[in-house]
Amino acid sequence: MSAASTSAPPAGLAVTPVLSRWLSVSAQGHVTLTPGKVEIGQGILTALAQICADELDIAIGRVRLVAAGTKTSPNEGVTSGSLSVSDCGRSVRQVAAEARALFLAEAAREFSVAPETLNVEDGVITGPGNLATSYWELAGRVSLERPANPATRAKPAHLRKLAGRPTPRIDIPGKVFATRPFIHDLVLPGMLHGRVLRPPRPGARIESLDEAAMSGIPGLVAVVRDGSFTGVVCDTEIAAEAALARLAGATRWSGGFPLPEEHDLAGWLKAQPAETSIVDERGAAHAPSTARTLTRLYEKPFLAHASIGPSCAIATWRDGALDVISHSQGVFNLRADLALVFGLPEDAIAVAHAEGAGCYGHNGADDAALDACLLARAVAGRPVRLRWSRADELAASPMGAAMAVEIAVDLTEAGEIAGWRHEIWSNGHVGRPGRAATPALLAAFDLETPFPRYIAQDPPLAGGGGAQRNALPLYDFPAWRIVKNRVLEMPLRTSAMRSLGAIGNVFAIESMMDELAAERGEDPLAFRLRHLADERARDVLKQAAAMAGWGTAARAEGRGRGLALARYKDTGAWCAVVAEIDVTRDPRATRLWIAVDVGEAINPDGVINQIEGGAIQAVSWALKEAIGFNREAVTSVSWESYPILRFSEVPQVEVAVMPRAELAPLGAGEAAQGPTAAALANAVHAALGVRVRQTPITRERIIAAME
Amino acid sequence: MRAATNLTVNGCARPVSAPAGTMLLDVLRGELGLMGTRFGCGEGLCGSCRVLVDGQPVPACTTPLWSLDGKAVVTAEGLGTEGAPHPIQTALIAEQAMQCGYCISGIMISAAALLARDSDPDEAAIRAALDPHLCRCGAHNRIVRAVRRAAVAMRDAAA
Repeated sequence: MSAASTSAPPAGLAVTPVLSRWLSVSAQGHVTLTPGKVEIGQGILTALAQICADELDIAIGRVRLVAAGTKTSPNEGVTSGSLSVSDCGRSVRQVAAEARALFLAEAAREFSVAPETLNVEDGVITGPGNLATSYWELAGRVSLERPANPATRAKPAHLRKLAGRPTPRIDIPGKVFATRPFIHDLVLPGMLHGRVLRPPRPGARIESLDEAAMSGIPGLVAVVRDGSFTGVVCDTEIAAEAALARLAGATRWSGGFPLPEEHDLAGWLKAQPAETSIVDERGAAHAPSTARTLTRLYEKPFLAHASIGPSCAIATWRDGALDVISHSQGVFNLRADLALVFGLPEDAIAVAHAEGAGCYGHNGADDAALDACLLARAVAGRPVRLRWSRADELAASPMGAAMAVEIAVDLTEAGEIAGWRHEIWSNGHVGRPGRAATPALLAAFDLETPFPRYIAQDPPLAGGGGAQRNALPLYDFPAWRIVKNRVLEMPLRTSAMRSLGAIGNVFAIESMMDELAAERGEDPLAFRLRHLADERARDVLKQAAAMAGWGTAARAEGRGRGLALARYKDTGAWCAVVAEIDVTRDPRATRLWIAVDVGEAINPDGVINQIEGGAIQAVSWALKEAIGFNREAVTSVSWESYPILRFSEVPQVEVAVMPRAELAPLGAGEAAQGPTAAALANAVHAALGVRVRQTPITRERIIAAME
Repeated sequence: MRAATNLTVNGCARPVSAPAGTMLLDVLRGELGLMGTRFGCGEGLCGSCRVLVDGQPVPACTTPLWSLDGKAVVTAEGLGTEGAPHPIQTALIAEQAMQCGYCISGIMISAAALLARDSDPDEAAIRAALDPHLCRCGAHNRIVRAVRRAAVAMRDAAA
């Protein structure tokens, strides 16, 4: 059975069916792909090249990838939600399969033979009677200016030569030899350098700016101010840093939002005005009777994306039109918001993608693009490259939303689960650009004529959800009720961060499952399996447990092991994690055993890399990270005040990818985060018998739980 | 005319005209056009901009020009090329040891310095040498494996 061949056409191809918008063939022997999804360090370009080379029967080295751009690519929305392989990959597979069929049809017509008699090897087409031609010879004669034919069938899985096999990433040599530029390294003719001064406190306005203080700065080309947005344009980066320092001294700020109480986030979240909605409800009428209820509150703080490279953008105004280079996850969405800010038609703006540092959601990339456009407007005709500071990257980028999750479990007389109630308090998890009538870009709220501050939303569950992502239990409970309170005050700007609400919900659900098992004195693995019919979920759980020697491995002094499971977004990859933690000093993850089912793994080594990377990032979140702030400012503005996991703190990680070549690919980037965080909390309990229901799980919190 | 600071960068004499207080990173990426050394924090806390100065890894973002007169600087570009790679470069490719790769220039520098002084570093020594470097993608374990692989290759080549 092939799930991929029986499902609807992939979304990207449905929106942009013209083949030439995806793929072209050159007489020089290359196939060029122009996908709408972007490389954010996840290896998508390599997976797409594999798929393309497989379907066309060409060497992978012949595939050229052009970075997404609004002028050249299909509009595939945002590169997010672990959908790049499942959506864009399927589109490319379909387009490449059809291109192959069109070239074979042309060869068959030319040589008056049946297409079925032809064979392709690395682009060379051969057939009866020594006939020989190639894609490259036929390139000028086969038009791809036609819509995709949904009837075209891609190859069956067993005929693929590259997909499903570990394939070296095509971008890695250029990164190792420092020949492949990041956006920060691009230099355009006549380019100037920009810096922006952000308010010291979210929402503060400029009270006064002493422009006289800005005179006589070498290399200063322009001081830009529009309301409470201000910055400088200089001829070198060194000059721009010096001018920014002078600008900071010349600017007086006032006002700003009162920030939440850092040490009582749950209290703050619950006290704010909120939009309450029922996410899902089932079986309440038939629930067995309740003897008692176990209620627990779990919390996660605001988190930073914390990319190693700060956000950057290049913008050029020319004759009223705008050219932008950005590491945005969604070039079309960014273009839509820029059009709103500048009152331009979208076709007056071109946005092209260039790689930034690793991206783990909606970081400052789009905001930086607007900053660059505002600065470049003062120096029309010349490109301006803008780069954020480390402090702005950590404190001014959109943040992952803090969450409070209360789970109340109704138990029968026999201690079995009769009902499950899960209530979430959180800001919205999606404040991305390009989705509303007003822009969601940071500087837009600070202009002389400001746009209203965009309050983050939560997409419906069918669209992946936001705060409610993964709030539905994977288990077969007789009744449940899931409620979400979307907090409407947003003094700290929140938006999509890797896994969105899944990290908070899975942490809560899987911690609670462990608490219930412990209450009954039942093994957490057996307890989960007893409530789990989903075969693929059972398989990953049993696989991870087997890898760790669950139940048989000897317990080391000062260490504990915990287990957790989730199916990402309820529709994506299944992932189970066993974590081992050492609690003799500061809690340290020592080992992770992970089993994942992503359906077809196009690049198994890429999947392992993504799962391991996601898990290590989740260890960092769970044990170390929280945005720090007082009532007046965000205080986690450097790597000292926002520490992340270091080499000496990283656990050993083993990943098993379940073999599912015949099943639809599901994406790997966000499957491991929730289970990893919960498995660590459960491991603390296994080691010490105490529960820490709040991340980061620090030594202080463990001690507090013991008292 | 300002007196030049005399640097050797990747084996070539490079007199630099920037003021003595200018940080090396700004000189490399600006005047010298070497973009392989990357800005990460500007405070010497992330390792993205590490370069070798007389064989020692230092953060270029907090190293002023005045401290470098007559010294030899090696950047990522100077470690090796596709045709003549440093063993750590070959090993990083073999282990597919990165995701975004933004941190990798600096990590290669510290790894090369470690391998130059210790031909057989154990896991703890490798992690200690790389501890000044932050990687947000979680490629740490692959990078450690790559350093071990490079050490083996260098010992084999020397044998």
